[in-house]
Amino acid sequence: MADVRMINLTIEGRPVTVPDGTTILEAAKTAGILVPHYCYHPGLPVAGVCRMCLVEVEKMPKLAPSCATNVGEGQVVHVYSEKALEARKGVLELLLINHPLDCPICDQAGECELQDYTFQEGRTDSRYREPKRFDPMEDFGGDVLYVTNRCILCTRCVRFMDDVHQEPVLCVAERGDRATIGKAPDADLTQPWAANVIDLCPVGALVSKDFLNKARAWELDRTASVCTGCSQGCNNVLESRDNVIVRMKPRSNEDVNHFYLCDAGRLDYRWMNRPDRVEVPKIRMHDVLSPVDWETAYDEAAKLLKGKRAFVVASPSLSNEALFLLKRVITQTGGEGVFRCETGFEAPLPGVPDLALRADRAPNVYGAELLGFQRHDINPLAGLKQGDVLVLAGETLPGLDLSATTRASAIIVIGTVHVDGIPTPSVVLPIANVAEEEGTFTNLRGRVQRFLQAKAAPGYVRPSWYAFADLATAVGANSDDMNLPSVIFSALAQSEPAFAGLSYDTIGLRGGLIAGATAGAH
Amino acid sequence: MSHGPSAPPRAPGGAPGHHEPYVAVFTDGSARQTELRDIISRYPDKRAALLPALWMVQQDRGWISEDAMREVGDQLGCTAAYVKGVVTFYTMYHQHPVGKHFIQVCTTSPCLCAGADDVVKAFLEHTGCKELGLTSPDGKYSVIEVECLGACGFATPVQINEDCVENVTPAKVPEILAGLRD
Amino acid sequence: MGYPHKSHPRETPVLSKHFGDPEARTLAGWKARGGYTALQQALQMEPTAIVDIVKASGLRGRGGAGFPTGLKWSFMKIGDGKEHYLCCNADESEPGTFKDREIMRWTPHALIEGCAIGAYAIGAETAYIYIRGEFTEPINVMERALAEARAAGIIGKNAMGTGKTIDVWVHKGAGAYICGEETALMNSLEGKRGNPRIKPPFPAVSGLFGKPTTINNVETLAAIPHILNNGAEWYKAMSLSSPKSSGSKLFSVCGNVSKPGNYEVVMGFSFKEFLYDLCGGPLPGRKFKALIPGGSSVPTITIEEAEAIAMDYEGFVEQGTMLGSGGVIIFDDAQSMPRQLARIARFYAHESCAQCTQCREGTAWMTKILERIVAGQGTYEDLDTIFDLSDAMTGKTICVLSDSCGAPVVSGITKFRGEFEALIKGRRSSTVTMPGVPTGSR
Ligand SMILES: Cc1cc2nc3c(=O)[nH]c(=O)nc-3n(C[C@H](O)[C@H](O)[C@H](O)COP(=O)(O)O)c2cc1C
Ligand code: SF4
Ligand code: SF4
Ligand code: SF4
Ligand code: FES
Ligand code: FES
Repeated sequence: MADVRMINLTIEGRPVTVPDGTTILEAAKTAGILVPHYCYHPGLPVAGVCRMCLVEVEKMPKLAPSCATNVGEGQVVHVYSEKALEARKGVLELLLINHPLDCPICDQAGECELQDYTFQEGRTDSRYREPKRFDPMEDFGGDVLYVTNRCILCTRCVRFMDDVHQEPVLCVAERGDRATIGKAPDADLTQPWAANVIDLCPVGALVSKDFLNKARAWELDRTASVCTGCSQGCNNVLESRDNVIVRMKPRSNEDVNHFYLCDAGRLDYRWMNRPDRVEVPKIRMHDVLSPVDWETAYDEAAKLLKGKRAFVVASPSLSNEALFLLKRVITQTGGEGVFRCETGFEAPLPGVPDLALRADRAPNVYGAELLGFQRHDINPLAGLKQGDVLVLAGETLPGLDLSATTRASAIIVIGTVHVDGIPTPSVVLPIANVAEEEGTFTNLRGRVQRFLQAKAAPGYVRPSWYAFADLATAVGANSDDMNLPSVIFSALAQSEPAFAGLSYDTIGLRGGLIAGATAGAH
Repeated sequence: MSHGPSAPPRAPGGAPGHHEPYVAVFTDGSARQTELRDIISRYPDKRAALLPALWMVQQDRGWISEDAMREVGDQLGCTAAYVKGVVTFYTMYHQHPVGKHFIQVCTTSPCLCAGADDVVKAFLEHTGCKELGLTSPDGKYSVIEVECLGACGFATPVQINEDCVENVTPAKVPEILAGLRD
Repeated sequence: MGYPHKSHPRETPVLSKHFGDPEARTLAGWKARGGYTALQQALQMEPTAIVDIVKASGLRGRGGAGFPTGLKWSFMKIGDGKEHYLCCNADESEPGTFKDREIMRWTPHALIEGCAIGAYAIGAETAYIYIRGEFTEPINVMERALAEARAAGIIGKNAMGTGKTIDVWVHKGAGAYICGEETALMNSLEGKRGNPRIKPPFPAVSGLFGKPTTINNVETLAAIPHILNNGAEWYKAMSLSSPKSSGSKLFSVCGNVSKPGNYEVVMGFSFKEFLYDLCGGPLPGRKFKALIPGGSSVPTITIEEAEAIAMDYEGFVEQGTMLGSGGVIIFDDAQSMPRQLARIARFYAHESCAQCTQCREGTAWMTKILERIVAGQGTYEDLDTIFDLSDAMTGKTICVLSDSCGAPVVSGITKFRGEFEALIKGRRSSTVTMPGVPTGSR
């Protein structure tokens, strides 16, 4: 974009150079200055209604709304001048006159922009002596509850539904101080991406029914992760309290999911807290599964695999690292790796290019393919040969006809839970789920993205990469040096051409593209 | 129904479900449909016909129900929620059924200083409407206060349905009411 | 001819000449009074030549802001390949103002002619006259006149046989003062909530339907045929305030005055003479006390300040107020200023479009404070709060409705502080209650 003119200006005494057409608010960000704002959101069309972002621009007769004012050559902008501070203080006071100030029972407390900016720039008292306005709450359907009294009418929710979701089911109703957010009775917020309005709402006016009164924001531990709901690989934050995941929020990534998560993805986290986990390695003794230590279990598995083909059905929700080491087991035994993937409808978010809840409902379908696993959605056991050792890696084969498993000489289950229909496998190795370990997934556009550990695993559970490294070693493919996800990933990048040149350092927390992939959202 | 400190009271509707089933206005082949098409042709975007379409509904059905919002939305390619945002913005659209004679008295300052509040009282008294915004027990009248009708030199102007009656004084109220056709 | 009273000899009836004359409403009657000659002439001219005449006439917008009309028209780039639009602002909702109503009721063809000339001059083939919904009679008169003009081929696909297209349509509003703000009007016409838009972009760049648009008040456009017929010099020379303000202006007069109504005088006319002579002075036994002379959105002045005014844009500013829409609201010595100002604040609270925080919350808060003072529950701190609030509401919002709420109130408190303090001290037992619903409930 060489033809874009660059504009030089001064914001709070700092020289700033940004492309022509940038708003003062965005330009200030580049100088590390966050102008307080409510209605502005980088993912939405500019509304310029809250008037919170007013700044003083020398030579302009009035204060300028920085979200709606473009930079100009030589401008001198004061964000914290007396005039600008006074104006924003006025806005804050006015936003609060009818606000219920029910922070103690508001889920937004602790992550509320009204609290934050009031603390930063607001008055310490209120001069409002009149009765406050009161309106009842309204269930907006889907996961969304509208707490009318807390609404500051920034219209972010309306603009998201209008312009990004392109399902205009919300409106501003009435006018003056009677205005509220309205909804037609026949259109609930059940659209696939509707719950994003909860995140967009800068205050506690739109809250999640799922999260209602569950935790206080400041009690939460937050971990950067990747949604496992589908092959899009939306970046998210797993929020946990006392080692329990209680909420999933989007983590913005311009190239994948912008600022959003779909409702299906964001609400699908409870399985991460499943209590019915396999917590210790087990082997079958006298037809009963008995707990053993890990070494015994590995030895047993190696013994069963000796001279046999490992027929591995792997989950496309396993990390690249886990699949890479699993591949060593397959190669060492001359075996075969397959996977199946649940599928569903595709639900795009129209206002964002190349963002959809994808038909493939697993995060690492592409990674599994790149690592040589064959996809067999209908009958993954078709290739299981008489005498093979069946290895179910993170896969429980729900609803499938398991009669073919009788062909296996032994069954090794490596997973988080027992497999229904296979009550007594020969070996059970308990591994961590995605929230309990670290690794990477490769999304459908070839973007390799890291996820971090959000909670501790129960019992004797080991990270999947750890268990697979040991198993590979046990079957004779020495992987003793594979002792960290980053190390494993480096090895993977060296031996798998598609991943060449990538490392944890280069992909960071925003992901990196495999060779030959074209960027996702752009 | 909620009123702001500055909201003119609106006529309260019956409980939801008490209304007669909605009868569509722009049915195929109807005169209203033709009229709407004609109006749409005046604009490059058919949504511009929204206010006119809502006027037609109000003329024919007396008020604008949520079913009506849906019908108008369907006609002009917008959602019921969008139409609701528009309907509730404009004070002249009735969101509830109102009395047969909808009496709007201007009480904005220029009329107030000429005695508009006494005119309001006179209407409330002579129509049997107990309060502003309530429909009289016989269903004939609703009285509300409105903001400046743009006829301040003819204080107090009173808009009764489509007609603007000028220079109304409390004394003239009985005569005005008597002149309304049932 | 005057309406509702007879024309005063000191008036200069240009626009109001045919008020009260039912024949002027008809096409035949209008033509007999010299109608449509200006349009005929205009359609033979280059659009830019018309703009030049309007520029030279010094005509300034009569909708409130007083922006030079010719200059506004010159922002429209003829031949830019885009659709252009003309909007005629007939939303007339500014309390105290009722002049456009009479122009439309009595001389609908003057407005149609002005619209047609305006549209042609700015390169538009379509003009929309946005009339407030309450104006049922003016709407009917305009619709009838438009039908006649259309049938006679004056407007339409082949306007006056020139092959040029000039369509003029009426668009009926539905009860929203804010739709008089130019960009709110455009949104409303497009079938949206009447929310003012952030500027830039200005209407001349992106207005109605995203296309270059000019918007003018009814009175502004109705003056155009006269200017074309009689020349720019005539229009300028008429005024006592040339060259800054030119021509004649309709002033609507209402409130506590002997002869409320519309009066047309030349710019620069003595406000004192206007008030006492033309308008007949105060009601018997009363004295004028205060005025809000430009529609309710401008600062309140005392009668002493008013008497010093020469009636032009600058003249009103010199006395700390504005000419605005020309709606003169008069309060006499029997009126309670706190009560009147509280009612004015309530108007703005009711009409705020709800976009901007300061306006949505501030207008309602100011109303509640004022109503509490009127109810005898006020404190001295309340007055300080109102001043601060007005500051917070001024110059910081998308449009000036927010400013307009504070302007009459703050100046009113400053000039009539005694009345407020009397209520606060409780010396005057206040039995005055505001009409309307009790405050605080929602
Ligand atoms: C809140 C508000 C209300 C307005 N109402 C009107 C109105 O009712 N009629 C009008 O002509 N102009 C009104 N205006 C002024 C218009 O925005 C615009 O300036 C005018 O129509 C331009 O026409 P003119 O240049 O011919 O005056 C209003 C402005 C504001 C801010
Ligand atoms: S609900 Fe939230 S996002 Fe929507 S307008 Fe209110 S404050 Fe803004
Ligand atoms: S689109 Fe896919 S990855 Fe994104 S949130 Fe939904 S399920 Fe998760
Ligand atoms: S100042 Fe008031 S009326 Fe104007 S845009 Fe803002 S909220 Fe709407
Ligand atoms: S953030 Fe700029 S006006 Fe709201
Ligand atoms: S104030 Fe009553 S009509 Fe204008």
